[in-house]
Amino acid sequence: MTDIDDTDRAILRALQLDASQSAGALGRALGLSQPACWRRIRRLEQAGVIAGRRVVLDATRLGFGVTVFLGVKLAAKGRVSLTDFERAVTAIPEVQTVEHILGLYDYRLRVVARDIADFERVLRRRIMTLPGVGAVEANVLLSEERRPGPL
Amino acid sequence: MLDDLDRRILRYLQADPARAAADLADAAGTTPAVLSRRLARLADAGILRGQEAVIDWRALGFSVEVSLRVTLDKTNPRAFDEFIAAAREIPEVLEIQTFLGQVDVRLSVIARDLAHYQHIWRGRILTLPHIADIEALMHVARIKDELRLPL
Repeated sequence: MTDIDDTDRAILRALQLDASQSAGALGRALGLSQPACWRRIRRLEQAGVIAGRRVVLDATRLGFGVTVFLGVKLAAKGRVSLTDFERAVTAIPEVQTVEHILGLYDYRLRVVARDIADFERVLRRRIMTLPGVGAVEANVLLSEERRPGPL
Repeated sequence: MLDDLDRRILRYLQADPARAAADLADAAGTTPAVLSRRLARLADAGILRGQEAVIDWRALGFSVEVSLRVTLDKTNPRAFDEFIAAAREIPEVLEIQTFLGQVDVRLSVIARDLAHYQHIWRGRILTLPHIADIEALMHVARIKDELRLPL
């Protein structure tokens, strides 16, 4: 586990909102020199605290109007290879995230689609045909907000 | 509105946000000058909203992640607003999502360990307003976490 101080926390908070800002600009905002800020960012990256960067796109403006979370239960546990299921589900472009879960079901998938008809196509042709898939529960996303977390 | 070049640019950018402009232009089959015009246009149209850093909370010592599925008492018209406003006050809440389906709201919560989780659960979660039912699902692993759009 990596120890971080308040300045690191401020850097992480700022980069969560805008990762494209330069070390110089961020340093100025936080009262750090450019090299000092750059060194801190590099250290956070090397420690794996900053796992990467993500492009933020407006899904709706790109024509993706529907996001559905699917809870998937595997039908015959023991007889189905988790690896086979995971490999197949990961390859579906409309499946944005796959999480292995303990509880009501086995996996949670985040599926993006153009509209409900498009979602039905993905569900029938791609999801229901996955190896070992059993019961599927669907919840349509209405709104979401991401919080900065305990920083 | 979007043509094939726009889509190619966004696709490559999603795959590697840190890619240098010249390299990205090459991959998308265009020149750096055209690329920079296209990126500016996508940003102006509100499609390309920037970049955000992805934090690996495990690297900061948060090893427990729980998904809380909440059903609210809908007899109270203010239930959603008041629940969400109170959930925002909990630093360990990373995501707040609302749904159409069996679940009303989902909170993604992180904790340092199970004792810490227990503390948050008793002190902060169970005291949230208007909860009719709540169930907790434990994350085991994240198999795919790219949040990319299938452009």
